Amino acid sequence: MEQSSFARVVIALSGGVDSGVAAALLVEQGYEVVGAMLRLWAERGPDEARANRCCTPEAVERARRVADLLDVPFHLIDAEAVFKQQVVDYFVAEYAAGRTPNPCIPCNRAVRFGMLLDRARALGADCMATGHYARLRQIDGRRQLLRGRDPLKDQSYFLHALTQGQLAHVLFPLGELTKEEVRAIARQRGLPVAEQPESQDLCFLADGDYRRFLAERVPRLFRPGPIRDTSGRVLGQHQGLPAYTIGQRKGLGVGAAEPLYVLAIEPGENALVVGPADELGRDECLVEEMHYVSGETPAAPFRATAQIRYRARPAAVVVTPQPQRRAFVRFDSPQRDITPGQFLVLYDGDVVLGGGVICRARRPVL
Amino acid sequence: MNKPERYIYLDHSATTPVDPRVVEAMAPYWSEIFGNSESSHAFGRAAANALEGARQTVADVLGCRPAEIAFTGSGTEADNLALRGAAWGARRSGRGAHIVVTPVEHHAVGHTADQLVDLFDCEITQVEVDEYGCVDPDDVAAAIRPDTVLVSVMAANNEVGTVQPIAEIGRVCRERGVLFHTDAVQAAGRLSLNVAELDVDLMALSAHKFYGPKGVGVLYARRDTQLLPALTGGEHERGRRPGTVNVAGAVGLATALRLVEEEREAECVRLRALRDRLIEGILERIPESRLTGHPTERLAHHASFAFRGVEGESVVLNLDQERIAASSGAACAEGEPEPSFVLAAMGLPQEWGLGSLRLSLGHANDEADVTRVLEVLPCIVAQLRASEVGDGAKLFRTSCDRAQRRGR
Repeated sequence: MEQSSFARVVIALSGGVDSGVAAALLVEQGYEVVGAMLRLWAERGPDEARANRCCTPEAVERARRVADLLDVPFHLIDAEAVFKQQVVDYFVAEYAAGRTPNPCIPCNRAVRFGMLLDRARALGADCMATGHYARLRQIDGRRQLLRGRDPLKDQSYFLHALTQGQLAHVLFPLGELTKEEVRAIARQRGLPVAEQPESQDLCFLADGDYRRFLAERVPRLFRPGPIRDTSGRVLGQHQGLPAYTIGQRKGLGVGAAEPLYVLAIEPGENALVVGPADELGRDECLVEEMHYVSGETPAAPFRATAQIRYRARPAAVVVTPQPQRRAFVRFDSPQRDITPGQFLVLYDGDVVLGGGVICRARRPVL
Repeated sequence: MNKPERYIYLDHSATTPVDPRVVEAMAPYWSEIFGNSESSHAFGRAAANALEGARQTVADVLGCRPAEIAFTGSGTEADNLALRGAAWGARRSGRGAHIVVTPVEHHAVGHTADQLVDLFDCEITQVEVDEYGCVDPDDVAAAIRPDTVLVSVMAANNEVGTVQPIAEIGRVCRERGVLFHTDAVQAAGRLSLNVAELDVDLMALSAHKFYGPKGVGVLYARRDTQLLPALTGGEHERGRRPGTVNVAGAVGLATALRLVEEEREAECVRLRALRDRLIEGILERIPESRLTGHPTERLAHHASFAFRGVEGESVVLNLDQERIAASSGAACAEGEPEPSFVLAAMGLPQEWGLGSLRLSLGHANDEADVTRVLEVLPCIVAQLRASEVGDGAKLFRTSCDRAQRRGR
């Protein structure tokens, strides 16, 4: 990308090594860099002082030190309200509906590449940058989103919901690097974040225990209910549906001749449906809120590879678009853990085609 | 401008006044012949006689057997029964779950098809339409698969008036043994409804679109059509539509259908002349205006337009001020003007697609009404264009808010 066309860049800093190195690389490449950090919503503890684990006072201080070291301005931007609404409320509502959410995706779409990008543009920047491991390419006036070069760190899954309008104003300086190379750069440049551990999911929880978090907010979700098999036979009792996910084997507390897995979560009847491994596979699912990175919904069915959760092995599929931003996705071979609420992301090789929310596995046609 | 005394009604595609002859025919069935048509006593038999007479009348117009006619509560209900019943029947018998529709169907079909994805895991294919909103029967043929159980294509589009090649599509479906449903709600009194000639298996009609009463519709379902009832209850209408039958409504529908069919040819000639004067006059007098829908293959009473950069709903509101009742196909979402889904499917560019103006003629309209429209409409469009330069967003929002309050 021509740096002259992106004179001023806002880098989203987190106080971690990835965003720090991304900032350093941008400075070295000649951009006019402005550092920004989001203050996100966090659950308040008894002391009313708990911070979001992604933006603790210590993390803010580290980000500020990186900015000082690189001699760039630093802004702390309050995003509590939008984060609470778009990410935390979504997280609770999805579990309440018996689904397994992935809050990082609405966070990227609405907060990082939504609100922060808007602020960056308001600050006079042409674009913003983050420390994500993903690549961008321009083809025929359109942006393509690609997997990061480091297969172990590729974060394109979390970015699949970005629009052309967003991608046109985004840089990913780490896309061609491996995590090891990034750490080496950090040490070399003397960045104060070189040895920071990986950041954590569910950053808004005080202690990482999402079950406690949900139980405090929606106590009814933790009513005990029946564990049954597909024929309706009750095998035991569960302690609240949010404790389970599709394909889970451990922690069911049900004795049986063969190992049992979670097949379905039925919030309507507060029941957990379990069965042996051979009842687990499904070869088709319905996906909602489909988004195509190109901005255009394909008219005809097409082949792709799909990941049904972050770090899932890509599987060969045929995608049949449906009206109302939906699609049927048919897997060449059955998948054991098609989980409602998780995002299914479509790829063509390294190129992200788009994705959507898994609604349910499709019942086999009679 | 002088306000004329008379209100001019140009929205006959939305609904029509009940023909006085229909009111007269219905009159005995409220308090005199009020029996439940399922009752076996004299009151019930009288009602049943009236109902079966109405059924025969409808069957005569459609060229089918009376047993193939079921009275429903509306055209929407008839469409729902047809799609849901056919899809469920096919699914239960394991014949497949693939349905072919068009992107310009009325919501009674479009939303029902979308729901079938949820109910029965049906798979939907939308065949494309051309710039006039017209479906190519070859595209329907290409979309049909071995597991296709139903094709649904409307006889004529409500928003842009385009008439579809129903007989050709019917032939394609018949050759391949696939059920064919058509939403003919806009077609009655304007096109032939002969189901044998059209090769139609399922057809929906609504009385209030052809000078009959509101609250009554018809579902034609060919005798050997496998159709599971989407409503459950008693055995009324051969189990296809449980619920005590609206005998007065059925009589009204049948009378209205017979009348519009008898008068169809003459009335179409008369309305087509008015329509063409309307079209020519508007395209001539208003710069950057275009006809939406097909120039010739369109309903005789139907004229629809797009005005570059002008929102249809704003035109409608201003026409209302001038005592002219018209409508727009615009859909408003979150207070922002959004292109109509029909115009979008036809590939109309966004600046043209902010909603068309629909003028649909009927029995009471005459030359003077057309003259009046040609007098006021150019001024309205010019004024809107002038004002929208300054404050377009506000104007859009105001009119959309109003439209939403009206529950559109």
